[in-house]
Amino acid sequence: MGLRLEPRDHASAWLNLSLSLGAVLAALLLCAGLVALAGADVGTAYAIMFESAFGDVYALTETLVKAAPLIFTGLAVTVAFRAKFWNIGAEGQLLAGAVAGCWVGGFEGIPTPLAIALMLLAGAAGGAALALIPALLRVRLKVDDVVSTLLINSIAYYAMMALIEGPWKDPLSGYPNSPPIADSAWFPVLIDGTRLHFGVVVAFLAVPAVWFLLRRTTLGFAIRAVGENAEAAAYGGIGVTGVLVTAAAISGGLAGLAGINEVAGIHYQVMGEISPGFGYTGIVIAMLARLNPIAVIPSALFFAAVMTGAEAMSRATGVPVFLADVIQGTALITMLVALLFTSYRIRRTGGPAGVGAR
Amino acid sequence: MTTVPLLEMRGVSKSFGATKANDGIDLTVWPGDVLGLLGENGAGKTTLMNILFGTYQADAGEIRFNGQPVRIRNSADALASGIGMVHQHFHLAARLSVLDNILIGEKGRRFLIDRRRALHRLAAIRDDFGLWLDPHRPVSGLSIGEQQRLEIIKALYRGARLLILDEPTAVLTPTETDGLFAAMRAMSANGFGIVFISHKLAEVRAVARRCVILRHGRVTGTIDKPAEASNADIARLMCGRDITPPERAPVTVGAPVLELAHVSTPPKGGAGLADLSLTVRGGEIVGIAGVSGNGQRALADVLSGMLRPTSGDIRINGAPLSQPSPRASQALGLGRIPEDRMKTGLVTALTVADNMVLPRLTEAPFSRRGLIDAGRIDAFARERIAAFDIRCPGPTARTGKLSGGNLQKILLARELAHDPAVLIAAQPTRGLDIGATRFVHDRFLEMRAAGRGILLISEDLEELMALSDRIAVMYEGRIAGEMPTAAATVERLGLMMTGASDRSA
Repeated sequence: MGLRLEPRDHASAWLNLSLSLGAVLAALLLCAGLVALAGADVGTAYAIMFESAFGDVYALTETLVKAAPLIFTGLAVTVAFRAKFWNIGAEGQLLAGAVAGCWVGGFEGIPTPLAIALMLLAGAAGGAALALIPALLRVRLKVDDVVSTLLINSIAYYAMMALIEGPWKDPLSGYPNSPPIADSAWFPVLIDGTRLHFGVVVAFLAVPAVWFLLRRTTLGFAIRAVGENAEAAAYGGIGVTGVLVTAAAISGGLAGLAGINEVAGIHYQVMGEISPGFGYTGIVIAMLARLNPIAVIPSALFFAAVMTGAEAMSRATGVPVFLADVIQGTALITMLVALLFTSYRIRRTGGPAGVGAR
Repeated sequence: MTTVPLLEMRGVSKSFGATKANDGIDLTVWPGDVLGLLGENGAGKTTLMNILFGTYQADAGEIRFNGQPVRIRNSADALASGIGMVHQHFHLAARLSVLDNILIGEKGRRFLIDRRRALHRLAAIRDDFGLWLDPHRPVSGLSIGEQQRLEIIKALYRGARLLILDEPTAVLTPTETDGLFAAMRAMSANGFGIVFISHKLAEVRAVARRCVILRHGRVTGTIDKPAEASNADIARLMCGRDITPPERAPVTVGAPVLELAHVSTPPKGGAGLADLSLTVRGGEIVGIAGVSGNGQRALADVLSGMLRPTSGDIRINGAPLSQPSPRASQALGLGRIPEDRMKTGLVTALTVADNMVLPRLTEAPFSRRGLIDAGRIDAFARERIAAFDIRCPGPTARTGKLSGGNLQKILLARELAHDPAVLIAAQPTRGLDIGATRFVHDRFLEMRAAGRGILLISEDLEELMALSDRIAVMYEGRIAGEMPTAAATVERLGLMMTGASDRSA
């Protein structure tokens, strides 16, 4: 008796959904060992985690607030990966968007709606501009985009730190932060007593927008065609270079919006800790969502819940808060394993002589 | 025959979902046998061979090798039993040498590789079968025919007594095919068994000793002396109906629809074009013969707009192709069937409908101001699927799941939808079965009757002689000679394909 992989003809929507859920469950199960090792009761720990992420209105709004930047970066990665532009640089593009938007938001006296619109624009432009560098390097000089986007993250981070530790340092506080944005540029808070802000709405609206882009526009079609088979797309008259660059710019723009979300909705300034790796988590989210923009929502909510829940769990049970990172990494690996089953099935083999009589 | 059969398959069945790919198949191969395995696409040939090679597990049935029941769970089991397979797509490591490729996967008992012993065994294979390649050449420098030879040598090196060849001639030139057949005869003379899968009846008749014909997963006929059977007899067993050769009605030749004047290009997939001139008129099928790599790829690509010419003029339907691009060619009225439908022609991960509109998506009625009109696309795809009898679950079916014949029909349906003035078709029936080939040929002849021009690039001389009005032979990027089909013989074309000048032309 043994097990073997056999090619599968068809992967149903139901299968895709259960694979994603299975990957999440497997990640939580694997991490249960670490929880137990830290001396906590697994059931209690996960219950607290769930409770503090979804338990009451405030917890729910906190999860949504955390989910918003993750939705943006998840969408950013989705668009890029659809075109097979391997954008690992959402983190850096987020920072570029935050810096550009914060600069625009710093001007006093602009009425709120205009200020918000300008900040969103500037944030998207900043992220897009940073994403164009690796995109142009790839189409012009065939520079590997995985490496370039990844390395540009470090450049973006340290450039931002150099700014806020140097010329852009807030003169009032003296801390390595940028000066705050104008009060009129703050995203309005939607429910008093919570941090639920306007940016969360923008994030949730971006999901159908990206779905529409990919599914209902000729550009989205071109992005998918180029990603699946660039040669056949070119043969069909699609300008592959232009599509790749455009997809990279849209991806960078979405990541830049994540940065604006944090500046105008949470911190009201640029600071070193503005992103706890939202850009990298976006990769995991997009993979878990199987590059489907709609599925980015549950995927982002899951990781947001893990992030918010892990803190409460840590306080209550003493399990280190880093468990959130471990769950995130484990989920990526379990999802990659699960992806195998979209194209293969497991078969039992064996039996006596002859060809495995059923 | 009193000897024990090399291979016996009894009652082998395999289902995929509701489809019975193999339904109680019996097959026997004797030592020294060359068994032609024939059948339309989807008849179950490949499934049967994949069961034999361990890729699939049969649902029921028995396999005996040399009289002993064997259990084949994977390719390693198959090789250990003495069964080797040469797939249509080769499994070689391009950056390694011939010898290294042969040694890959050898279950060595020792840590060190005994290269000297390996070289001795390669020399023995050369002496026995006439199969030889310089062991130190890198695989990346081998031609397709040489890569196939390496796959055969590899199988023999690993001790295969039975060799499965899955459409081995589809990628070969006529000369290479002759070489392959010589090796097959040598193997047969040494008591080896061969299962030879092919669509080309002439080849099966030339080399096979017996034939087994499959249809709908069952054995529908066996032929003991293929050399004496007629094409029509075999075709009837394969298709279940009579297949008559296509008829070319006389057509009045019209104005030029495709003109190339002194066109040169950089190399692409072989030689580039070198000062090539050629004209195709309306109502005319012009065949391009030649050993692959002599500029056919460059010719197809330069016309499709995938390759920029360095000099020369191209006119499509009378208008100059001044800014070459796939769109420009298309806009001037050129239809295109590329050589590699899976790689160049279609985005197999997208749906049938998506591929139907891919080159014209940005035009009305399929989209307006960048927004896709899904309803129009769906209606268009449905109409095309019906008109070209494409067997698929519907417009939203994934293209990659369909058979080669249906993929080619999608391309034809797409390219002919806008009534091109001229069609360039590269190897349009490669890998297709008789029914699908016939379908493609009928469409070409319909276009010809409607006064359209066709440039038919093919390595299948039978196809060229059956369809073309004129045949031009390409050699090293230029036209080595051209003749009316009536004056063409295989010998004369074959001579010109090797670059020998044709004095009588």
